[in-house]
Amino acid sequence: MNVLVYLIPISLLLGGIGLVAFFWSLRTRQYDDPQGDARRILTGDYDDHPKE
Amino acid sequence: MSEVQISACPACVAGPAAKDVAHARDVRDTRFVLSLPAIYCAACISGVERELTKQPGVRAARVNLTLKRAHIDADEDVSVDDLVSALTQAGYEAYELDAGAISATETDRRGRAILTRIAVSGFAMMNVMLLSVAVWSGASDVTRDMFHWISAAIALPAIAYAGQPFFGSAFTALKAKRLNMDVPISLAILLAGGMSLYETFESGAHAYFDAALSLTFFLLAGRYLDYRTRSVARSAAEELAALEVPRVTLADGRVISITEVEKGALIRVVPGARVPVDGIVMEGASEVDRSWLTGESLPALAEVDTIVSAGEVNLTGPLVVKVTAAGADSSLHRMADLVAMAETSRNRYTSLADRAARIYAPAVHLLALGAFIGWMIATGGDVRHALNIAVAVLIITCPCALGLAVPAVTTAASGRLFRAGMLIKSATALERLAEVDTVVFDKTGTLTEGRPELSNLAEIPPRARGIAMALASGSAHPLSSALFAATRAADVIPAKLTDIREVPGQGIEARCDGISVRLGRAGWLNAVAKAQTATYLKIGDEAPLAFTFVDHLRAGAAEAVTALKRQGKDVVLLSGDTAAAVADIAHRVGIAAWDADCLPEAKALRVAELTRSGRKVLMVGDGLNDTAALAAAHVSISPASALEATRVVSDMVLLGKSLAPLGEATRVSISATRRIKENFAIAAGYNMIAIPIALAGFATPLAAALAMSLSSITVSLNALRLRGKS
Repeated sequence: MNVLVYLIPISLLLGGIGLVAFFWSLRTRQYDDPQGDARRILTGDYDDHPKE
Repeated sequence: MSEVQISACPACVAGPAAKDVAHARDVRDTRFVLSLPAIYCAACISGVERELTKQPGVRAARVNLTLKRAHIDADEDVSVDDLVSALTQAGYEAYELDAGAISATETDRRGRAILTRIAVSGFAMMNVMLLSVAVWSGASDVTRDMFHWISAAIALPAIAYAGQPFFGSAFTALKAKRLNMDVPISLAILLAGGMSLYETFESGAHAYFDAALSLTFFLLAGRYLDYRTRSVARSAAEELAALEVPRVTLADGRVISITEVEKGALIRVVPGARVPVDGIVMEGASEVDRSWLTGESLPALAEVDTIVSAGEVNLTGPLVVKVTAAGADSSLHRMADLVAMAETSRNRYTSLADRAARIYAPAVHLLALGAFIGWMIATGGDVRHALNIAVAVLIITCPCALGLAVPAVTTAASGRLFRAGMLIKSATALERLAEVDTVVFDKTGTLTEGRPELSNLAEIPPRARGIAMALASGSAHPLSSALFAATRAADVIPAKLTDIREVPGQGIEARCDGISVRLGRAGWLNAVAKAQTATYLKIGDEAPLAFTFVDHLRAGAAEAVTALKRQGKDVVLLSGDTAAAVADIAHRVGIAAWDADCLPEAKALRVAELTRSGRKVLMVGDGLNDTAALAAAHVSISPASALEATRVVSDMVLLGKSLAPLGEATRVSISATRRIKENFAIAAGYNMIAIPIALAGFATPLAAALAMSLSSITVSLNALRLRGKS
């Protein structure tokens, strides 16, 4: 059972990384145009100038 | 029009800095925002962006497909009208938006706050769930206590942060001595958290941290769906408002905002523009289109000393108008009183969710209290055990599914209607629309486009056709344009004319082979005016010939009426126009019951009468004369071309030009209401099974978690069925 000492912090850390990644995506406005982004990836044009 | 927005960065205007050439075409400084209602695909995105960047002076353009908008960064000298016409020519419908009127930041922040809370509660829920699985599968003694402590350390801060929206709303409700859905929610979350903490202290077997967290998570998800639906509607409504840029040109050429106009000022109204104020014509002669105010399709003569009202459209000649009333005093705004009166009646509507909450909230609290008292008596005063069971009852009957039941359905339904070109502004509009049994249409601007169409070309002798065509070709008057379009379509060869002269407000005159020819108003030519919209041609001394016009039907009008009739609804046409014109349109779209010459008050009265006789009325109208009727009806719809004042009172707005989505809207609203009721039934069904178990004291945290997740998922899936089959 001693292994829990490592496993629980590790699982929390991994989950925390996911949480931080989500906050980052939110902060960088990646949900502004979900439909557009879904379609853009299918076009042949290079999207050289995404809106920052 | 759009010169108000000046680039905030002069260096960007001078030329992009060489150091970041790679990003030279980023949209850094939005100067124009265009609305692109018709784009839908990947090809549209690149098509629009390519077309825009091809225009001289445009530095960058970025399309947002979700909002159907394009943000454009351009040089100072670029005119937005050129961009719009370039896009229109390329086949993409485009309109300018007042960039100042679109405020996305505030709503953005609220949406992000909810999303952050969902993320935090989701993260906490997953971790606590993992620990709970260990407990459920048999961890005991010290291990179980340790798991409970770790769960508490994760769950309590997460609940404190993520549950704030519920606590806040419940607190305000309690302060106002009301019960809303958030009161049982907050109570369940807080009691579950508090009791679990106590159990952990006492090294008890059951802790409900996972239940408290998943409750928060699911309910926040419902909250977010609700918020999303409303914010989409709000941003589209803002967009409609932004389409009208409220500015006034003074007689001396200065352009000022409508709010700064004072009484007695002289303003200039160019042909094609809407009169922004109430006033008296001081100079010039023209014709004005009053259809927005009265429903009359025949233009009225405007000359010196004619009184004009805000909302009329100037047709032929420039006018100088002396302001008698502007802004809040103008006739446009006086209509608001009528509207406010009618509005109060509609506010009495209680949504299905509120009705469910009213039954649900007291019932759950009584049940939990009953369980507590019952077990107190049965166990001879074991507070801890009785409280445990009471909390289990509260959690098991959690309003999770109820919290999702309505938002999931409205999101699915309004998403589907939005794709069909219909915007739902009011939260309860779908439910009200489902109850409708009578549909009242306005004519001008709603069933028709308010655009005339020549109806009697066949009766006109060939020589007169050629002369009329030549006369009409030089004028921008709507009747002239319609006449020209009709004759050109019939391959008429225009006659050769000399000395063509437009007499503002009257018509056009010219000479043809030495004879004077005139095309214009009946009074100007001494002709007998007909009852319907017409223009008259006089060749020399011959008797005047009448060219009659009918209103061009709006696309989808006939389909919409047919679909509504097939659904068993009564369709009525009420118009302020003359009987002949109304009868013609009623016949063309297939409406048997119609009424002409209706004053705005009369329309509202008719709607109120129908309501009193037990009908649920859907009013579809666009004009200011419909505003009171729209507000008096059970539910109201107006096309996007309607005046802002009209759109504000209506519950739904048709975004496209076609009326066809109406039939779909009523159908979707009926199935949406059915889904909502089904969802309530599903939630009640789960409770029916779970409550006896909880009351008997057999509920474990595992059972609570199962019941909660299963009912939430079933309800969401049931709502999603709406999105499919169209």
